[in-house]
Amino acid sequence: MVTTLPKTDVVLIGVGWTGGILAAELSKKGYKVVGLERGKGRKLDDYLMVHDELRYSKRHEMMQDLSRETITFRNNEKMRALPMRQHGSFVIGEGVGGSGSHWSGQNFRYLPYDFQIKTLTEEKYGKNKIDPIYTIQDWGITYDELEPYYDAFEKMAGISGEENPLGGARSNPYPTGPMKVSPVLKLFKEATTNLGLHPFSVPSANLSETYTNPDGISRAACQYCGFCSRFGCEYGAKADPVVTVVPVAEKTGNFDLRTHSNVVEILHQGNKATGVRFIDTQTGEEFIQPAEVVGVTSFVLNNTRLLLLSNMGTPYDSKTGKGVIGKNYAYQNNCGETIGLFDDKQFNLYAGAGSLGMCIDDFNGDNFDHTNLNFIHGGNIALLQTGKAPIGFNPTKEETKNWGKQFKQESIKYSSRQIALDAQGAIMPHRYHYLDLDPTYKDAYGNPLLRMTFDYEEHDREMAKFIGDQTEKIVKEMGATETYTTRDQPTYDIVPYQSTHNTGGVIMGADRETSAVNNYMQMWDFENVFVPGASAFPHNSGYNPTGTLGALSYRAAEGIDKYLKNGGLLV
Amino acid sequence: MSEQDKNGKKEPTPEKRSSRRQFLKNSGLTVGGLVVGGALGSLFGKDTATQTTTVKEEQQAAAPATDNANRALMFFTPDQFDIANAAVERIFPADELGPGAQELLVAYFIDHQLASGWGIGAKEYTSGPYYPGEKTQGYQGRLNRQEIFAIGLEAIESHSIATFDKSFIELTEEQQDQVLTDFDDGNVEMKGVSSDFFFSLLRSTTIEGVYADPLYGGNANMEGWKMRNFPGHQMSYFNLIDQDEYEEIEPKSLSSQHNH
Repeated sequence: MVTTLPKTDVVLIGVGWTGGILAAELSKKGYKVVGLERGKGRKLDDYLMVHDELRYSKRHEMMQDLSRETITFRNNEKMRALPMRQHGSFVIGEGVGGSGSHWSGQNFRYLPYDFQIKTLTEEKYGKNKIDPIYTIQDWGITYDELEPYYDAFEKMAGISGEENPLGGARSNPYPTGPMKVSPVLKLFKEATTNLGLHPFSVPSANLSETYTNPDGISRAACQYCGFCSRFGCEYGAKADPVVTVVPVAEKTGNFDLRTHSNVVEILHQGNKATGVRFIDTQTGEEFIQPAEVVGVTSFVLNNTRLLLLSNMGTPYDSKTGKGVIGKNYAYQNNCGETIGLFDDKQFNLYAGAGSLGMCIDDFNGDNFDHTNLNFIHGGNIALLQTGKAPIGFNPTKEETKNWGKQFKQESIKYSSRQIALDAQGAIMPHRYHYLDLDPTYKDAYGNPLLRMTFDYEEHDREMAKFIGDQTEKIVKEMGATETYTTRDQPTYDIVPYQSTHNTGGVIMGADRETSAVNNYMQMWDFENVFVPGASAFPHNSGYNPTGTLGALSYRAAEGIDKYLKNGGLLV
Repeated sequence: MSEQDKNGKKEPTPEKRSSRRQFLKNSGLTVGGLVVGGALGSLFGKDTATQTTTVKEEQQAAAPATDNANRALMFFTPDQFDIANAAVERIFPADELGPGAQELLVAYFIDHQLASGWGIGAKEYTSGPYYPGEKTQGYQGRLNRQEIFAIGLEAIESHSIATFDKSFIELTEEQQDQVLTDFDDGNVEMKGVSSDFFFSLLRSTTIEGVYADPLYGGNANMEGWKMRNFPGHQMSYFNLIDQDEYEEIEPKSLSSQHNH
């Protein structure tokens, strides 16, 4: 039996950053909002036992229960996709706060180049610069148009930072000053300055100082405790929906947060959604939540999957290159890593914060000339001091076997003497990298899993060679006694952790033929369905995605308000 | 967790077992699952095995078995425990820097972990159909970690006997290393899983047992952390983060947070 609940103005599928922002902004305006979160609820006190590397980092305390739902993966269409049975390459959050609770807090803006990548690349380098198999397209919005929304997200989260000398123009300085500069970051700053580059502090959602945001939420300063990425922050210093937007929404009295509520289908008629169908995961009861507007606010992968499962929008077809849902899945080309060992120095590497770092954008976007290079874009090169916990950090010399006496001695010695520098390389979308429904494997309810087809390509390998040369120069200039540089980018392997910067699948754009949502995150085909999130990125830039998906969520909140007032397509 | 504080100054001790089991082994009344053929007499009568037993019994007399209630088995059979306890010591051996995995009680840690939801892959996708797949697609086997360890430890024993005609726990350190290297290289035939996959699980679980918070039963007295100056659970490095000097800090476990 299905119980139909009273109609609400807005129903949200998932309550992480995107859902939390929509909940706060729309409930403040007086709209009734229902937030359906399939995981559990969270509050600050839950984080008191969080300094536990095994539980949080290795046993994935805050991550999705894969026994209920996972994805299947293949490198290319010739392979049979098989389920990701264990967490590996990326770790998707579950519960209120989602991945916004376990993130590291590195909070960049994308470059003006990103939003007009096709136009600007062709203008400067000609139409043949990049093989058409890489399906780059403009985003349907410019950096200047998105700037006020970046500003709104940064003020809500209290981002700590200093001006990026090579970034887009800012209407306001960061709400709080940059993080502290540790000795190893000082070395990086000096080395990059000596090399004529432009270092700046990584913009951080781990507060550098006590901060009260425009909603009146006060949070304490970061203590550099070293437990950040994959952990919740017991100080509330890390911006997390649990300590920012969710309490703001709840305070209005207009937000009804229902945990353990797994949406399995978006219901629709004609060009409108009518609501969602969800299952209470603790009782098995089924409900229908009717709504004027549906916000699809889960993680990138589930956003795409829900639209496919609900037969909404045209699924992408790699044979024809037509269709949009599942198109332009991209990831992060973490590449060109140089390891540096310092036999004559010791650093307090056990201390740190998820976004304590110093970085350069000299080799990101189109900040450098690509005329003689076989790739476009690049990546932010950052030295981070995130806090090195001992299970996960056992550096040795390159040739040393990873067990036994020599391993023990070297890993103990270098645990305070090793750094690693790489770029978060951009990934250009590719005709044969996409998301669709798996023909074989099912979730706990018998619905098909999402199938991911992805690999690193020649473009990524060309970037890796170039970046490797840059990181090697920097680490040598920092005075490392020994360095190892990786210039390769082998076949994508879903086992080792790489990045949770999955993007695309429900991409934005100016044209309904080539994009799924407009620049208000409104679906072209269903005018009351909004899909904010990194699923809207037509390609992935050379940075962490949260700042941009946060900005797009503020943009979507404005769009939903307009839609609820006037109706119709907003673009 | 007052055990940790009470034992803070005490020398970490090697594992000990019930005197009944010790008696049975020493008297040759049991073969366990491991001893093949007529090797029983040599199993406990020689070299290191005897010395270890003597040390153990002395300590047992000095400290009652209730001293650390964590030192008992939830999953392993006593024979599986012995093999695991010998293997982890080769992965993370005692040396001049400090204790090895045995003294850090890593085999107890592994035992306890295998008894948890993680041991049976409770939060992992386990539905079929099963296909071997490519290496880039990750683990695709039917076995959970409990089963992998049971099969793997048995394979360590049978490979030792096939190669050296001796039980793994009787081998010299060099011979034990050779056996484990064969597993690491993927050169041992195993049922349901490759030997290098098993070894990599054994290795990573050993490192976890050396360095996880002592609440899980390993990292005895935080000696794993002390060796590399990892301070464990600390409230703040606000004043330390930008200072130039390298700082050594007395570690604290999570019990200091929970019981404060």
